[in-house]
Amino acid sequence: MKERKNIKKLLNIGAICFAIVLLYIFNQVFNSFQMRIFNLCGIYVILALSLNLINGFVGLFSLGHAGFMAVGAYTCALLTMSPDMKAMNFFLEPIAPWLENINLPFGSALIVSGLMAAIAGALIGAPVLRLKDDYLAIATLGFGEIIRVIFTNTQSITNGSLGLKGLAKIGWFNASSESIWWIWGIVILTIVFMVRLIGSSYGRAFKAIREDEIAAEAMGINLFKHKMMAFVIGAFLAGIGGALLGHLIGTIDPLMFRFLLTFNIVLIVVLGGTGSITGSVISAVIVTVAMEALRVLDGNIEIGGYMIQGIPGMRMVVFSLLLMIVILYYQRGLMGTNEFSWDILIKRFKPSKH
Amino acid sequence: MMSFQTFMQHLVNGISLGSLYALIAIGYTMVYGILRLINFAHGDIFMLGTYFAFYAMTSFMLPWWAAFVIAIVLTCVFGMIIERTAYRPLRNSPKISVMISAIGVSFLIENLAIVLFGGRPKAFPIPPLFGNIINIGGVRIANIVFIIPVITIISLAILLYIINKTKIGMAMRAVSKDYQASMLMGIDVNHVISVTFGIGSVLAAIGGIMWAMRYPQLMPLMGIMPGLKCFIAAVVGGIGNIKGAVIGGFILGLSEILIVAFLPELSGYRDAFAFVFLILILLFMPGGLMGENIKEKV
Repeated sequence: MKERKNIKKLLNIGAICFAIVLLYIFNQVFNSFQMRIFNLCGIYVILALSLNLINGFVGLFSLGHAGFMAVGAYTCALLTMSPDMKAMNFFLEPIAPWLENINLPFGSALIVSGLMAAIAGALIGAPVLRLKDDYLAIATLGFGEIIRVIFTNTQSITNGSLGLKGLAKIGWFNASSESIWWIWGIVILTIVFMVRLIGSSYGRAFKAIREDEIAAEAMGINLFKHKMMAFVIGAFLAGIGGALLGHLIGTIDPLMFRFLLTFNIVLIVVLGGTGSITGSVISAVIVTVAMEALRVLDGNIEIGGYMIQGIPGMRMVVFSLLLMIVILYYQRGLMGTNEFSWDILIKRFKPSKH
Repeated sequence: MMSFQTFMQHLVNGISLGSLYALIAIGYTMVYGILRLINFAHGDIFMLGTYFAFYAMTSFMLPWWAAFVIAIVLTCVFGMIIERTAYRPLRNSPKISVMISAIGVSFLIENLAIVLFGGRPKAFPIPPLFGNIINIGGVRIANIVFIIPVITIISLAILLYIINKTKIGMAMRAVSKDYQASMLMGIDVNHVISVTFGIGSVLAAIGGIMWAMRYPQLMPLMGIMPGLKCFIAAVVGGIGNIKGAVIGGFILGLSEILIVAFLPELSGYRDAFAFVFLILILLFMPGGLMGENIKEKV
């Protein structure tokens, strides 16, 4: 057994080293378009994991993710933007004086934005987490909308509906080759953190709450504390994901953080299997790539000499149809609640001794 | 200080918006009462109703009354189809999957609408009977503002008659009280649920057509906000309770208009009021104004 544990540890380290080599190769090989999609995949992995922690592992159906992402994205953008750039953005109404000269390096701004989202999560969670099921869903959805409406109206802090333009590239040196390391580095950290968290006693408490709240409470699990913990961690990760998304795209505005964004992430989690880390990672990558691949449908298609007129928006129709089929016929998603584990691989490659 | 005329104008506007909210909220509350499901697609059914009426009048050149009837019938059928395809297969699944399916359907309808109807806003042709403006003591108001509450009251009376006096209404009340027991009593539950969706969609279509005459701009995503607000109205009134939904709708419509009227500096936050209201109600009166509190038992 000890031997098996050591093997697994080595395999884990090996996998991470392999991932780093892979990232290095991707960084050399990919053109800027492919690079963007790949980075977007990474961001969606982070977001899907953060929502899966709340929805999948604790079983709280939260629909306010876009709100936390907005908090993270705006915090990071305002903290990293240079004073000149701020002056250019805030032409309608000058920026609040206390914000004008703040300028942090990217790394610390990212952590601050995660913390701000976590604080927002704690403030929202404290009243809302007493609710259940669909009431919780609609209340978190409401909070997400409220955050968006507030950001639309605080002209001197967020520049209102005009949004912020010209966000710096991800990283310290303003070089595009840097973003892959930041994004996928955070992805690896998040995955490691999630695996350890779910394996810990907290993780078991989360799952117990998901299966049966009343039974879990009877076993001595503090419901509120654990729900709050998952909610705040989820909000923190969502804030970081939102900040990365904003800096990858380069502009943010309140309309970006509508319910639709939350829905995209819910969709990834459902397709991957609610309650599976592996599933979320795989489906985040598949969905992001598929969304780009389906773009073909919006343009004109030529089949055997016939030109089929493309209809803008067809992509989303096909996509939502696929989603409905998955919901209706493959409710467990890609992985159900299963996880990838070395044990299965070891068993397969090692001839049985007994 | 605002003059009496302006105040009356706002009051009338508030009542007519409240009646629209009430009509749509009934659909939510009926479905929730029977299936314990937030029908996220209800707002999109409302949107479809307006587009059906629009195309019946513009493309098929029908007189307005025929167009409205056809739109209402089509929307009713559509609501039933949605129930059949998206909700019925999941009847015995966990609540969360049904809810995701509801969000999925709403997403699908919205995207289909963008493809079929185009993303650009369309102007709804208002029949002169509804669009004429009358002047009462200095208050200039379009006919439709008065017609909306009247139609709401008529629809409500018919609905209450169906629920309280007819056989299908009795079956609906039975199913919403106890799903399992009514099945054992030989009630065709699937039929009852289908009819419930049909009635809800008819009310949504009526609400939608009047909405379009009040705010004559059609967009594929126009159903989202009214849909959410009307769900909130249903929760405020006590979800599952039809009178509650009507009261909730009026409270929400009136307060939305009056708050903006008295505190114009808050007008940018207009869409957030309903949500703040919802959260306050959920925290302090989780059962809503007219609902009963149910404690969960093991």
